[in-house]
Amino acid sequence: MTAVTATSVPRVRASRVQGSLQRGRRWALVLSYVFLVIFAVFFLIPPYYMIVTSLKSNAEVAHLSSNPWLLSQGFTFEHFRTLLKETDFLIYFKNTAIVTVCVVVITMVVSVLAAFSLGRMKFWGSGILATGIFLTYLVPDTLLFIPLFQIVRGLGLLNSYWAMVLVYPTLTVPFCTWIMIGYFSSIPKELDEAAMIDGANHMQMLTRIFIPVALPGIIAATIFCFTVSWAAFVYPMAFLYSSDQLVLTVGTVTSLIRADVYQWGMLMAGALLAAAPPLIIYAFLMDYYIAGLTAGATKG
Amino acid sequence: MADVALRDVVKRFDNVEAVRQISLDIPDKEFVVLVGPSGCGKSTTLRMIAGLEEASAGDILIDGEKVNDVPPKDRDIAMVFQNYALYPHMTVFENMSFGLRLRRFPKAQIRERVEHAAKILDITDLLDRRPKQLSGGQRQRVAMGRAIVRNPKVFLFDEPLSNLDAKLRVQMRTEIKRVHQKVKTTTVYVTHDQVEAMTLADRVVVMNGGRIEQIGTPQELYHHPKTRFVAGFIGSPAMNFVPARLETNGSGLSLRVSDKYAFPVPATRTERYRPHVGKDLTFGLRPEHITEPRGEGRDPRSEFTVNLDVVEPMGMETMVFFTVGNTEVCSRVEPSAASGPGEPMRLYANLNHMHLIDPANDQVL
Amino acid sequence: MVDVTHPLRSAAAPAAPAAKTGLNRLMRRRSSVAFLMCLPLIVIITSLVIYPAGYSMFLSTLNKAQTKFVGLDNFRFLLKRDVFLMVVWQSAIFAITAVLFKALIGLVTAHLVNNLPAKGQRKWRGMLLVPWVIPLALSTLSWWWLFDPTHSAFNYVIEAFGGEPIAWLGNPYWARFSVILVNVWYGAPFFLIMYLAALKSVPEQLYEAAKIDGANAWQQFIHVTLPMMRNIIAITVLFSLIVTFANFDIVQIMTAGGPRNMTHVFATYAFLLGIRSGDIPLGASVSLFMFPILAISAVFILRGVRKRGREIG
Repeated sequence: MTAVTATSVPRVRASRVQGSLQRGRRWALVLSYVFLVIFAVFFLIPPYYMIVTSLKSNAEVAHLSSNPWLLSQGFTFEHFRTLLKETDFLIYFKNTAIVTVCVVVITMVVSVLAAFSLGRMKFWGSGILATGIFLTYLVPDTLLFIPLFQIVRGLGLLNSYWAMVLVYPTLTVPFCTWIMIGYFSSIPKELDEAAMIDGANHMQMLTRIFIPVALPGIIAATIFCFTVSWAAFVYPMAFLYSSDQLVLTVGTVTSLIRADVYQWGMLMAGALLAAAPPLIIYAFLMDYYIAGLTAGATKG
Repeated sequence: MADVALRDVVKRFDNVEAVRQISLDIPDKEFVVLVGPSGCGKSTTLRMIAGLEEASAGDILIDGEKVNDVPPKDRDIAMVFQNYALYPHMTVFENMSFGLRLRRFPKAQIRERVEHAAKILDITDLLDRRPKQLSGGQRQRVAMGRAIVRNPKVFLFDEPLSNLDAKLRVQMRTEIKRVHQKVKTTTVYVTHDQVEAMTLADRVVVMNGGRIEQIGTPQELYHHPKTRFVAGFIGSPAMNFVPARLETNGSGLSLRVSDKYAFPVPATRTERYRPHVGKDLTFGLRPEHITEPRGEGRDPRSEFTVNLDVVEPMGMETMVFFTVGNTEVCSRVEPSAASGPGEPMRLYANLNHMHLIDPANDQVL
Repeated sequence: MVDVTHPLRSAAAPAAPAAKTGLNRLMRRRSSVAFLMCLPLIVIITSLVIYPAGYSMFLSTLNKAQTKFVGLDNFRFLLKRDVFLMVVWQSAIFAITAVLFKALIGLVTAHLVNNLPAKGQRKWRGMLLVPWVIPLALSTLSWWWLFDPTHSAFNYVIEAFGGEPIAWLGNPYWARFSVILVNVWYGAPFFLIMYLAALKSVPEQLYEAAKIDGANAWQQFIHVTLPMMRNIIAITVLFSLIVTFANFDIVQIMTAGGPRNMTHVFATYAFLLGIRSGDIPLGASVSLFMFPILAISAVFILRGVRKRGREIG
C-alpha cells in the first residue's frame, strides 16, 4: 500500500506541472495566431482591395456611401474586358514578356558561366572579382539611371524596350552570379575530380554535373531574375515614353491613368493581371523563391 | 593491366614539401596499400598518380610510360573517393556508365559492361535508383562499380571505407578484396587504418612525414619493422616501448628495463645486439608477447610480477595495463588469468619477439 | 615486386626543376578558360555599372547644357537650396524609420511563425510574403487608391467609427507617414523570411542547454537567439537601408514628391531634375549624394556576409 501511494503522489504532481506547461504553450499558440492574423490582414489589404475593386462596376466604385471593402452589388468582368480590348495593356504585357525572357536568358548564361569559373576554377584576381560582384549588387538602379540615360540616348535606344534588355542585367547578373557561386562551391570537390577522371572537359563538367546538381540554385536564380525584370520600374520610367514601347509597370501606372476620372476598376484589373505572373510563379515554386531570397546572405 | 612506378616524386604546396622524393614500383596486378597518419602524404601521392595533382619533381610512370603530362582522363585510371563522389542527379546505371558515355562507347557495350560490373558487386537490383536512395555500403559498391566498368589500367582508392560504420567497413573490406581477386587490376589503396592495410594488401607502404618508412608484406612489417615508427604503427594495440639498457650477463646479454626488472636476451640475438651493450636503447615488445606464463620452454627469468593499474576485458582476451619505470605497458592475457586492478599479477615477456631501437635514429637494430 | 629505390641513389639524382610540363600547360589553359567564362560578366559590369558610375561623376561637373566644366558648382548649388536640404532630411527619415519598423515587424512575425506547429508554418510564411512578391509599382498603385482623397477605403472605416477623414496624401505629414507605411508593408516580409531562415539555423541543442540551465523564454531570446542572429540582422538591416534609401517607386507613384516637395527622396528628386527638367548634370549630382551612405553600408555588409560564411562553414 505505502509503496503505491509513494509512487502515485509524484505522478500526480508531474501531470499537474505538465498540464500547466501545456496550458502555457496553448496560450502562447493562441496569441501567436491572433497576432499573425492581424499582420496577415495588414499584409493582404492591398491585394484584396485590388481584387474587390477590379470586380466592381464603375457606378459602385464611384458611389460614396457603399462599403468599398465589399462587393455589395455583385461582380463584373467588365474592367478586364475594357482593359484588354480598349487599352494598350496587351502591348505592355508582350513588351514585358519579351524583355523578361531575354534578360533571364542573358543573365543565366552570363552568371552561370561566371559562377562556375569563379567558384571552381579560380584564376588570377578571381577572389577580388567575386567580391566586386557582390558590391555591384549593392549599387542601386537609382544611382545609375541618369548616366545610363545619357548612354542609352547615345546608343539611339531611348524609348525602345530593347534598351531594357541592355540595362536590366545590371540588376540581375551580380546577384545571380553571387548565389550561383554559393551553390557551386557547396558541390563537393570530389565530384568534379570524379568527372575529370571519367573524362569530362570543362564544358561537360558544367553542363552534365554542375548545372543538374545545382538545379535548385538555378531555379532560384531564374525566379529572382524573372521577378526583378518583371517588376523593374526606374529604368523604364526614365527611358521609355511611347505607348508601343512601355512595359507593364510603367504602362499601368502612367499610361492607363490618362482620363480625368481615374478608372480605378480598370486600373486595379490591370495591376492584378500585371502582378499575376510573379504571383503564380511564387505560388508554385515558393520554396525555390525563398531559397533564392535568403541565399544572398548565407552563401558565398 | 599495368604496372605503376614513381621515381623521386616530390610534391610541394607553397614551399611545404608534402611528398619528399619517394620512389616506388608496383608490378601488374598487385594490391598496394599506402598507409600512414594524416598528413603523411599518402593521399597526395595517390592524387599525383591520378593526375589530380601535378608532381613538383620526379616521374610518374604507368605501364612504363611517363604520364606527368597526361591529364587524368587519358591516364586510364579509375578512382574511388572517400565520400564516393557519386553524381547525385544520375541513377546508378548512369553513374556507372558516365565515363563510357563520355568516351562514346556503343550503347550495347555500355549496357553489357555495367551489367557485368553490377553482377560482380551484387547491385543489379539498384541500377535504377539514385544515390540518395542507397545505404552507405551500397554507395560504396556503386563507386567501385563505376571504376570497374571503365576496365582501367589502375584502380585508385582514397580512404574508401572511412565513412562507413565499423561493421560495414569489415564487410566492404572483404568485398574489395574479393573484387580484386576477380578483376586483378593493379590497385593503389590509401588508408590511415593499419588493420585495413594489413588485411587488404599484397604489399604495404608505410608513409610518414612525406617519406616512405618501409615497404613490405603485412607479415614482414609485423615481424620485422625497420623503424620505430613502423613498429609502433603496425599492430593493435600498439607495441610497448620502454627505455632499456643492454648488460653483459656471463656469456649472454640481459636487458635491464628498470632497477627491478631485467630479462635475458635470447641466444639467437646475442651476436646481433652485442655491439650495443651499454647504450641507452628503446625496448619494443607487442602486448600479445607479454602474457600470463604460458607455453612450453619459456625462460623462467623472463617472468615478473607487477601491480595492475587498469584492466580492460575485451571478451576473447583481456588487456591489462601496468607501469614500468615511468612508462605504461599493455599486455594481452587470458581473461581467466587476469587479476583485478590494483592487484599483483605474474606475467611473462616473450623476448623471442623483442625489438631494440636506437633512439638516436629510430632504426630497429 | 615492390621496391624502394636506394635512398642514396635517389638523393644523388638531381631533382628535376619544376618543368613546364603538360599538366602545367593544362593548368594555365584552365585559368584562361576560367577567365574567358567570366568575360561576359566583366564586360557587363564594366560597361553598365563601373563606367556609368564614373560617367555620372563626370556629368555632375558639367553645366546644364553639358558644354562647360563647372567643377563642384552643382553640389554647391544644391547645398544652398532648401528643397534639396529637405530631400536629404526626408530621405534620412524615410529610410531610418522604415527600416526600423520593417526590422521590428520582421522579427516579431518571424518569431510568431516559428512558434507555430511545423506543418502550418509553410502556409503562413507563404501568405505573409505576398507583399514582397507583387511588383512594387503595382501594389503602390493599389495603396494610392486606398489613400484616394474622396474614395479612401481607410477613411470609410474611420468615418464608420465616427472619426474625421484623413487627407492621406494631401497633408504633407500624413503623406510622409503614408509613403513610410507602404515601404514598411512592402519590406517587412523580406525581414521575416531572413529572420525565419536564421531562426531555423540555430541548433535546437542550444535551446535545450539553455532550458536546462534554467533560462526562461525571454532569457533564451536574449542569450541564445539574438547572439546567433546578430550577424544576419546586421546584414539585413544594412541591405534594407541601401534599398530603402534608394527607393523610387513608392514616392514617385503616390506623391511624385509632393505635397510641397515634402516627400521627395534622392531618387525622385534626381528623376525630377535630371529626366523631367532635363538638367542631367544636376540630377547626377543629386543621386551621387547617395553614394557615401551606400558605400559605408556596403563595406559593413560585406564584412557581415564573410563572417556569416565562416560561421556556417
